[in-house]
Amino acid sequence: MRSSTYIPSPTTLKIRRGLSLALKYTILIIVCMIVVSPILTAILGGLRTTGEFLARPFGLPTRGIQWENFTSILEDSIFWRSVRNSLYITLASTAFTVILSSTMAFVFSRIQFKGREVLFNILSLGLLFPLGIAILPIFLQIRALNLTDSYWGVVMPLVAFSLPGSTIILRTFFRAIPSELEDASYIDGCTRIGFFVYILLPLARPAITAIATLQVIAGWNEYFLSLLVFTDSKKWPLTLGLMQFQGQYGTDWARIMAYVTILIIPAVIFYLFAEKYIVTGLTGGELKG
Amino acid sequence: MSALGAQVRTITRQRDKTHPRRIHFGKWGTISLFVLPGMLLFALFVLVPIAKAAQYSLYDWDGFGPLTEYVKDGNYQRLYDHKPFRSAINHSFFIMFLSLTVQLPLAMMLALLVGRGKLRGRKIFRMILFVPFVFSEIITAIIWMYVYHPGEGLANVAFGTLIPGFEGQTWLGDRDLVMYSLFGVLTWKFFGFHMILYMAGLQGVSKELEEAARVDGANELQVLRYVTLPLLGSTIRLTIYLSVLGSFQQFAIAWILTRGGSPANSSHLISTYLYKFGIKTFRLGYGSSVAVVLFTISLLFSLGYQRIVLRRDYAD
Repeated sequence: MRSSTYIPSPTTLKIRRGLSLALKYTILIIVCMIVVSPILTAILGGLRTTGEFLARPFGLPTRGIQWENFTSILEDSIFWRSVRNSLYITLASTAFTVILSSTMAFVFSRIQFKGREVLFNILSLGLLFPLGIAILPIFLQIRALNLTDSYWGVVMPLVAFSLPGSTIILRTFFRAIPSELEDASYIDGCTRIGFFVYILLPLARPAITAIATLQVIAGWNEYFLSLLVFTDSKKWPLTLGLMQFQGQYGTDWARIMAYVTILIIPAVIFYLFAEKYIVTGLTGGELKG
Repeated sequence: MSALGAQVRTITRQRDKTHPRRIHFGKWGTISLFVLPGMLLFALFVLVPIAKAAQYSLYDWDGFGPLTEYVKDGNYQRLYDHKPFRSAINHSFFIMFLSLTVQLPLAMMLALLVGRGKLRGRKIFRMILFVPFVFSEIITAIIWMYVYHPGEGLANVAFGTLIPGFEGQTWLGDRDLVMYSLFGVLTWKFFGFHMILYMAGLQGVSKELEEAARVDGANELQVLRYVTLPLLGSTIRLTIYLSVLGSFQQFAIAWILTRGGSPANSSHLISTYLYKFGIKTFRLGYGSSVAVVLFTISLLFSLGYQRIVLRRDYAD
């Protein structure tokens, strides 16, 4: 029956398609389980006692839900102080990144001047050095500028290192906005800055939201700089707070997992709302749907 | 239109001259107001520190007082002779190698599954797979500290249930295992990032071309090999670049999971070595020489890669 040009019968095709679909789902479900199970274990761990947790990592509470794990953290003023510190760092670094990168992108995309490309290339050099690679020199600079134990010591380097990427993304976006619009606004008596504030920025809102979202994640999760800048534990953000908590409670896993859960929940909620913008930001707006 | 635009611009400019009441910064005013603050910040925290590190690396310096003890290449000599440093370099390259050969293909496979097509529930899968990306490295490290718990951790329990007779491992305490364990965590955290980039790239792959190949008798693997992957070339080259740079800057997860390079400084990456032997002990001259080595590796790689590989992506 089999000739050189083998044409499978409709039923074989159907079976083959079914098998390939089953294979696809099997792979996806296995990978998703590997991704989710550590997270789920952490959450379940926070709800139980350490004894239960260590006896059976994956299980529902048998001795009642241990709310005490959570309330002891939420009633602790040190926890809320770290929340506030994290908010400072996150909001300040996001605001400065958005302001500075959008103004720079405006000039680099729409105002011609001598030396523009040179400046832009210098800025692009920053893409070669992620923050983690330049950490020691930054630390020395922070000390030289007397910024130890100051929020600026964390915020300013964080902004400086995100400027190249965000400026480049915004510049591409600004360039795509037709110059006719700019000319028309000048005819209507707009100044250059007026055009930027009232026309360009509102039009670029998706790109700006994307950059802001990525910066919120970067600021909220920042750890390495804070570790070097803050000697005063009153200034510590949540990342350092969690490390300290972990050191303090060492083997009391339930309590540590409760702390982790408290941090995971807002992150996941934020993620559900911001996923679209995160994706836009990472892919420069190429991925839709 | 551009001629008209120029005309319009002259008109507005003239108008501005006749209406001096309006707050108006002029071209250079706008440029300096808009570019200087950002560029200054960038210079202050990116360019200057990097240049200074090169100078510090030639001195014995504890970070206080002026640079007096010039040691020429002494710091570099000591680095070269220090075993933990050599193993740290090896480990960073090892993580890089595994990222390129395991993590990226995994991300690609998943992107092909959930990046397009009519698979039911693909958006939910996509969301789940990408979740770890938003967690901080500290949360990631602490969760995995428990997963790798030598007694009753999730990893031992899971393998014990699936594989009968599986012996519990000390995932992070075993010299031969620790780098693989670390790589597992890094993959868990970062494969979603590469997957998203591949999914974006897939949007640009023409369905018609793939269909044409199928009509010509290519099977699915051949379509993937000869049509889809070549069309994803620029995205793949970008993720390789980011993955290599990313491997060299890993710090927090490695630092916490290996408890500072234990056992006996056998599990350092370059960055954890830098932190332990340069910053914590205030041997900042010595630390600077580590930083310079780190820069040189990433600079050489970046420039070389951009010259040779990424060049064609910007060619036309």
